[in-house]
Amino acid sequence: MSDREADRLMGVTVADRRADLGRFLLSWFAIPSALVVALLLGAVMMLVLGANPVTGYVALLNGAFGGSYALSSTAIQAVPLLLVGVGICIAFRANVFNIGGEGQIAMGGLAGAATALALPDLPSFVLIPLVLLAGAGGGAIWGAIPGIFKAKYNVNEILSTIMLNLVAVQVMNFLLAGPMVDQSPDSVGGLIPETKLLSPNSQLPILVPGTQLHLGVPIAVLVAVCVYVLLWRTSFGFQIRSVGLSRSASAYAGMPVKRTITMAMTLSGAMCGIAGAILVFGSISHRMVTDGSLTGFTGSAGFNGIVVALFGGLNPLWTIFSAFFFGGLIVGGSALQVATGVPSDLVTALSGIVVVLVVSLEYLRRRARARTITLAGPRAARPPRPPHTNAPSTADARGDE
Amino acid sequence: MNQFFTVDVLTVTIASGIALATPFLLAALGETIGQRSGVINLGVDGIMLLAAFATYYTALKTGNLLLAVLAGAATGTVMGVVTALVSVTLKAEQGISGIGVYLFGLGFSALLFQKLVGTPLPIATLPPVGIPLLEGIPVIGGMFFRQSLLVYLAFLLVPVVSFVLNRTTYGLKIRAVGENPAAADSLGVSVARIRWSTLIIGSTFSGLAGASLLMYGGIFQVNLTQAEGFIAVALVYFGAWRPVGVMGGALLYGLVGVVILTWKSLGIIPLNASDLAATAPAVITVLALLFLARRFRQPAALGRPYEREG
Repeated sequence: MSDREADRLMGVTVADRRADLGRFLLSWFAIPSALVVALLLGAVMMLVLGANPVTGYVALLNGAFGGSYALSSTAIQAVPLLLVGVGICIAFRANVFNIGGEGQIAMGGLAGAATALALPDLPSFVLIPLVLLAGAGGGAIWGAIPGIFKAKYNVNEILSTIMLNLVAVQVMNFLLAGPMVDQSPDSVGGLIPETKLLSPNSQLPILVPGTQLHLGVPIAVLVAVCVYVLLWRTSFGFQIRSVGLSRSASAYAGMPVKRTITMAMTLSGAMCGIAGAILVFGSISHRMVTDGSLTGFTGSAGFNGIVVALFGGLNPLWTIFSAFFFGGLIVGGSALQVATGVPSDLVTALSGIVVVLVVSLEYLRRRARARTITLAGPRAARPPRPPHTNAPSTADARGDE
Repeated sequence: MNQFFTVDVLTVTIASGIALATPFLLAALGETIGQRSGVINLGVDGIMLLAAFATYYTALKTGNLLLAVLAGAATGTVMGVVTALVSVTLKAEQGISGIGVYLFGLGFSALLFQKLVGTPLPIATLPPVGIPLLEGIPVIGGMFFRQSLLVYLAFLLVPVVSFVLNRTTYGLKIRAVGENPAAADSLGVSVARIRWSTLIIGSTFSGLAGASLLMYGGIFQVNLTQAEGFIAVALVYFGAWRPVGVMGGALLYGLVGVVILTWKSLGIIPLNASDLAATAPAVITVLALLFLARRFRQPAALGRPYEREG
């Protein structure tokens, strides 16, 4: 059902549409203004630390988007962010909070690597899809567990996913240092937790010679488009969004609320799992490597994907741009560090500020919307439907657990 | 296994298990206060990182450990103001804004550390203080009564928080706001003011937790907490929002962590299996969440910003 049809069915008039303008403007400027404020705060931090913010940001932009090599590095960096981001879109649209991206990425990477280790001789047109599917499966299982716990036993999914992150990382450390460790004669004697060189048939082909741009980039974009179609052009997607807006209303309409929640978490995990597989099979070393720390394999993509999804307004298509942008920030962060001596951790701090600002502005946006609805008269007092480009006002829907 | 069950090893294990449990306990107690008033603060880990760095830097520059701990606590207070502004006044979705605070703390503490310190130097840590008489009890004394002041403070706060929550007017208001903010509001309790106060107190506790974590090791590093703040949030659920239950969870985490380390160094478990063993507390917590979710009810308004009707 398209928006216009829905409006017609609900009797929304032109006046309501005009009243929407206010919230439309606020919704469109909220996210960019969060970015501007964050970048200004970043400039202040650089000044305080004795660096020139202009030099810093120019270096960052150049490092991220200046030239084909920089652009391809940014695109590579964006792939896991995008896949995790679209996974987050699915879960958050269903009003379940998947903070478990880190663990789901690790499990996806492990499942993919194990598949490639077990079946190294398959031709690449079979093996590549197979390892990506295995990655999706690994992530899906790690997403399904908290999904089922949430749906069946009402276990807070934020906590269970965080705990499962810790479990997944330790399992990964165990497997990569033990059963899956590189035992080939020229290895460093199992000192580094890494697999042996994976089958060349499983390596994602490089698309543009001279850069790192590999097949993972178009795959991730394609997945994002598919998720958009799933969320807004299928009845299952409607069900996910409906459950996200109001569980009780959806249950009253006969939707299987618990199954939808479980499915949303599972799909969300599957997306993160694909990200993990692409991290392994698109890597230059062509191994699965970690360093024993919590983010050694994932590079915090599980958390950064949340930032990316929020910045993309929980819309998979906008998330493509958002992921590219944040991928650029991460790549450019190193250039910034070289140019000004300010550690690239600045980028992590700034993305944290972006998240806080986006969710804070969400309230002001909602308040403006409430005001426009009153102005438009009683007729407009229909159930609020957030525009696609915005985070759902989840706080509204929390009341019916 | 035999070399583990000697008086010396057990004494050291339990004593350092208690010290290791202290950051968990402080952070989880603070989180308990906030959650009883209906606010989830997921930024604990970021606050702990910032506070740990503040403690480290102050100790490095002044050599004054008391000042260092106070700097950690004050960092927590400041972050509490930020958290309250975002979660209470701006009514942000708490699960997500907390992740933002976490990322900020993670990035900013690493940024400051690398820019201002660079090469990590160890600092002097808080000395253990023996409690007269009790310290002299054989075995028990060495386990429990030769700890640093922060450890005593943390465990002393358990009955204090319990008393305040259950036996004072302020505690009653906190619980009322956490269960039914509309009813509390109609009786003239300012929901926003109570939640601001609980978040500031809770975050100050998180700041102390960061300070005590730093004092445990005596050195700062990037991502020092390794998600301990998130575990502390889970421990609140584990302890079913009761200070004593939270203390039990913190002790479990601290002791299991130290036992695994000890077993590893004694060769009781093979080196690489210790990663697997280290999952035990997290697995236990997930299972506990599974069983406790049905037996205990969370504060009814938990995670929901309060807005007046009409």
